Amino acid sequence: MSALVRARDVRRDYPLEREAVHALRGVSLEVEKGEYLAIVGPSGCGKSSLLNLLGAIDAPTSGTIEIEGRNVGTLGDREVTDFRLRHIGFVFQRFYLLPILSARENVELPMAEAGVSAAERRERSTELLRYVDLADRVKHRPAQLSGGEQQRVAIARALANRPSLLLADEPTGELDAKTGQEIISLFGRLHADGTTVVVVTHDENLARAARRVVHMRDGVIVQDEVPGG
Amino acid sequence: MRLVLALASLRRNRARTILAVCGVAIAAAMLLDMVMLSTGMRESFRQLLLSRGFQMRLTPRGTMPFDTEATITAASDVTAKLRARPEVDLVSPVLGASVHVLRGDSSITTFALGVDPQAQGDYQLAAGRDATEPNTLIANDDFLRATRAKVGDTLRIASGFDPQLRTHSGERALVIAGRAKFLYLASGQLAVAIPLRTLQEMTGAAREDRVSLFMVRLRDASKVPDVTKWMRTALPTIDVISTADAMARVDERLGYFRQLSAILGAVSLVVGFLLVTTLVTVSVNERVGEIVVMRAIGVSKAHVVQQIVLEGTALSVTGAVLGTGLGLITARYLNTILSRFPGLPAAIDFFLFQPRAAWTAIGLLTACGVLAGLYPAWRAASLPLASTLREEAVA
Ligand SMILES: Nc1ncnc2c1ncn2[C@@H]1O[C@H](COP(=O)(O)OP(=O)(O)OP(=O)(O)O)[C@@H](O)[C@H]1O
Ligand SMILES: [Mg+2]
Repeated sequence: MSALVRARDVRRDYPLEREAVHALRGVSLEVEKGEYLAIVGPSGCGKSSLLNLLGAIDAPTSGTIEIEGRNVGTLGDREVTDFRLRHIGFVFQRFYLLPILSARENVELPMAEAGVSAAERRERSTELLRYVDLADRVKHRPAQLSGGEQQRVAIARALANRPSLLLADEPTGELDAKTGQEIISLFGRLHADGTTVVVVTHDENLARAARRVVHMRDGVIVQDEVPGG
Repeated sequence: MRLVLALASLRRNRARTILAVCGVAIAAAMLLDMVMLSTGMRESFRQLLLSRGFQMRLTPRGTMPFDTEATITAASDVTAKLRARPEVDLVSPVLGASVHVLRGDSSITTFALGVDPQAQGDYQLAAGRDATEPNTLIANDDFLRATRAKVGDTLRIASGFDPQLRTHSGERALVIAGRAKFLYLASGQLAVAIPLRTLQEMTGAAREDRVSLFMVRLRDASKVPDVTKWMRTALPTIDVISTADAMARVDERLGYFRQLSAILGAVSLVVGFLLVTTLVTVSVNERVGEIVVMRAIGVSKAHVVQQIVLEGTALSVTGAVLGTGLGLITARYLNTILSRFPGLPAAIDFFLFQPRAAWTAIGLLTACGVLAGLYPAWRAASLPLASTLREEAVA
């Protein structure tokens, strides 16, 4: 069975004035379709750097990253943007919704970009907002929603174009334990429905919910476990 | 969706948007006025010259119409020669003179045009009858006001005045047959039109069979060069000025106006451009985070640029449209001030509205708005995603 994500000996250096920071020092990782994977490790070990590479919003200094068999590091700006649009859903720690758009419009934005018709957009955004339990908040602006609600809208937005890979960087980082738990169970539901999920987290509850946990330290993977497996 | 986003972000900071639109509107008004000024006077002069279809003016050698006291002699011969040409449709002889309206001890001096009422192209009758009878005259409003006369009154008018003897000569009683608007006179100038023969008789031997100017209308305007060539040989003591020649001279004299308006127009364009650039740059810098997030979730660079450029364009189009209205109002106001400019026909408009001028101003400003948004938009859309997101998270 071919992996959905295949990272091979990935390095990422950030050139700074004095000396480069080696954030990733040779990471190899495969993620199968339908997996639910958590990346954990101490602060600064390179988790976000890795996730950005998997989400094709950054390119590795060396090594290759293949998603659905495409080497995303070699794509031009236009192709890689389109790839993100159609194949990847990204959830950020700070939600990053567009404040001038309603919940529904935020969810519809990636669909409009992908050329989905207005009628279909409306139908799917309604469906997605119902899925994240916000059917009654479609017209609200981000400022009128709580943090947990904003994060759920952001998840609905990430799912808009039926991505093959859902990535989340500390999705519960800004939320209290109870609200975080709602997000955790939402990810569980997504996984159960067949979505491939990769989360970066310090949240032990979230990490425990995942089926596979990758531990990182100083830019390398030190442990790759399937708890209870 | 892009339009929704563009308008939403303009609405986000309403006060700032309104101020910027006002600024652009003022720049647009200034630009429109300058475009109108650079072409308006010329166009209005051309329309004036062609208002009765006379394409040619014949003056005594070396003079401009009514520049001097010089006259063309043997006017009836010349008229006959001109009328004999098959291309010629109409010949209008004009004699200019100063005459004095006598009232008791005092007199009022006025400009008089001796004309052939059948062929004249100098005035538009507003009331009464034309001066087809001998010893009648047509007067303008300023004249009637100054003399407190009205249509139907009889006035004693003299053609000459000897300041030493304080006596008048060439005196005659003339009836005011009608009231008219004189096309080529400055505002405030008193004027009458008198049948050419009557005025020639009043002015005596000095003006017998003389005129100051012929206006000639051809059946076919394209024959002007041919007829001009013929006139130059057949009538050697006469200068021929075609409308095209006159326009060339006007252009020469209006060169300064055009330069001035080009410079001021360019300045207002630059001001409008800077205004839109500033606003778009500020607003883009405020939402670098949002722009990078849009890029991260898959919105293409081109679409981000389009959206931002659309904002700048919406600003400048709104400003330009409002500015057009404002420009027309200020142009009308300035026109009334400038129409009192001494020595120029009151019918000349400094600011002539031509739809093309408005489109030019709106078009230039819109183009500026597009250009103004382009650079800040491109810069923001090209930011590195991962590190900018990281910085935004810290901010
Ligand atoms: N754009 C950048 N420029 C310079 N250095 C960077 C940049 N991004 C990350 N780094 C450095 O790379 C290293 C790894 O950063 P990264 O954000 O991947 O860590 P992390 O595991 O996500 O940490 P945290 O858990 O605190 O989010 C850190 O030392 C960080 O300072
Ligand atoms: Mg991180």
